[in-house]
Amino acid sequence: MSTATITPSTTGGSAVSARPRERSVPDPIPFGRVLGVELRKMFDTRSGFWLMASIVIASVIATTLTILLGDRDDLTFDSFAASVGSPMSIVLPIIGVLAVTSEWSQRTALTTFTLVPSRRRVIGAKLVNALVIGAVSMLVALGVGAVGNVVSSAITGNTAVWDIPAWTFAQIVLANELGMLLGFALGLLFRSSPAAIVGYFVVNLVLPGISEALASSQEWWADNAAWFDVNSTRFLLFDSKLTSEEWLQLGVTSSIWILLPLVIGLGLVMRSEVK
Amino acid sequence: MITIESLTKKYGAFTAVDHVTFTAQPGRVTGFLGPNGAGKSTTMRVMVGLTEPTSGHVHVLGRPFAALPNPGREVGVLLDASAQHAGRTGREILTIAARTMGLPKGRVDDMLDRVSLTEEESSRRVRNYSLGMRQRLGIATALLGDPEVLILDEPANGLDPAGIRWMRDLLREFGDQGGTVLLSSHLLHEIEVIADDIVVIGNGRIVAGGTKEELLASTGTLARAADPAVLAHALEAAGIVTSVADGAVFADADLTTVGRTAFAAGVPLTELRTADGAGLEEMFLELTAESQRDSLDYTEGAVA
Repeated sequence: MSTATITPSTTGGSAVSARPRERSVPDPIPFGRVLGVELRKMFDTRSGFWLMASIVIASVIATTLTILLGDRDDLTFDSFAASVGSPMSIVLPIIGVLAVTSEWSQRTALTTFTLVPSRRRVIGAKLVNALVIGAVSMLVALGVGAVGNVVSSAITGNTAVWDIPAWTFAQIVLANELGMLLGFALGLLFRSSPAAIVGYFVVNLVLPGISEALASSQEWWADNAAWFDVNSTRFLLFDSKLTSEEWLQLGVTSSIWILLPLVIGLGLVMRSEVK
Repeated sequence: MITIESLTKKYGAFTAVDHVTFTAQPGRVTGFLGPNGAGKSTTMRVMVGLTEPTSGHVHVLGRPFAALPNPGREVGVLLDASAQHAGRTGREILTIAARTMGLPKGRVDDMLDRVSLTEEESSRRVRNYSLGMRQRLGIATALLGDPEVLILDEPANGLDPAGIRWMRDLLREFGDQGGTVLLSSHLLHEIEVIADDIVVIGNGRIVAGGTKEELLASTGTLARAADPAVLAHALEAAGIVTSVADGAVFADADLTTVGRTAFAAGVPLTELRTADGAGLEEMFLELTAESQRDSLDYTEGAVA
């Protein structure tokens, strides 16, 4: 190392008194801005974009298949709602999971949390975005289903049957939002995409089986499972009007399976070291 | 201005950062030098609120980082240039940061220009970036909000010699305008080229600190004579601590004292100069030798 290369630093040493810039303290970042940025981050990668696009694509495919393969004379809006609903119950929770975990799997949390040190606000913005996307997705999916219903009636010449009342519609949206929240909570809890997604499917596909097996051998569980099994009450939302006891059971099971992991996960994210 | 006071971070029984105290002054480029695993990155993560310290505190511009209302506008941070979503384009990454800070749109183009990333490169996805390009993008992100303080962890990693010179000039200019720069490196030469002040960390502890000139001066004088043993004897007789290596005498005294002593003893000198560069390197190796061995053991232990 020649001494010549050090020269600029030596002259720079005298620059301590150089213009101390007059600065005003910047305004705090409004929550709306965090919300907008987090929303953009859900769409601005190829994987994010196609995940969102898959909502529309899956709805269209499910609707088309229903028209092609279903018994067209018996098709009602309810048939279409059921067929677009099943891909949604998989895609939406995954969106919920990835909204959180991508910060860790792609290590963008390092930048995100240095630009917005309040992790609570960032996670809050992600949660609001996920829920809004969930609701909008359901509207889109049911809209595609409605188009299918019209097309199918045009083919058969029958009058389209609109047999979904507003309350069922609202319950279907709620059921999917709960699924999305569960995904979001598991994302916070594990902060790893594969772990959280596997966790979601364990809760959704494996636990009902275990619960059923338990119910067949244990009378007490058969009578009281509805107070503990999140799936049994959540699935009721899709087709039946809930009694007040069932609403209460939904509240209890959601607290155990969604609220509790959400709170624990949030606590972990607040304290965890971001590397 | 960054003030670090008695900062300690423990992971169980392992102390990664041990009562670290130093200040990065405005108008100066402060180099944070230490071998890998010495605690540089942990210290920097604590500075920007990503890691909770066990004790002690860090103030950036007079307050804790988390209390800054819009941190990007006051503190530019680059901790790991590779910690970006591989599927985003460079431009998109800057756009996200600019939006978060509430900056006008043109600012992204200005910064791409400033770090010499072309239009075509900026619309490429980051997974196709070289490490050098990622560093440039990271520096662009750090500079985006026109901050007063820069905190850069190993920013010269992956830059070619021209890139290092570019960064030196950039940080020099930033400092000359009154900004505070703290950059870390495990390479002495990088720090030597870029920094005004140097803080050396080893095994989680600050082992040396001061202006570069002070640290260079403290490494003493190199002198040569036809017979080094005679020269060393003469200097030691005058109470100067000396050592002989490769036919050169290293003396723990300034140039004038060594020259006068040799003259008084009648020993003709063939060379007399400050033991720069090599001296600082020796100091660095010496200061960190122990911790380097420790940290190696630690990593090996962690792997096994």
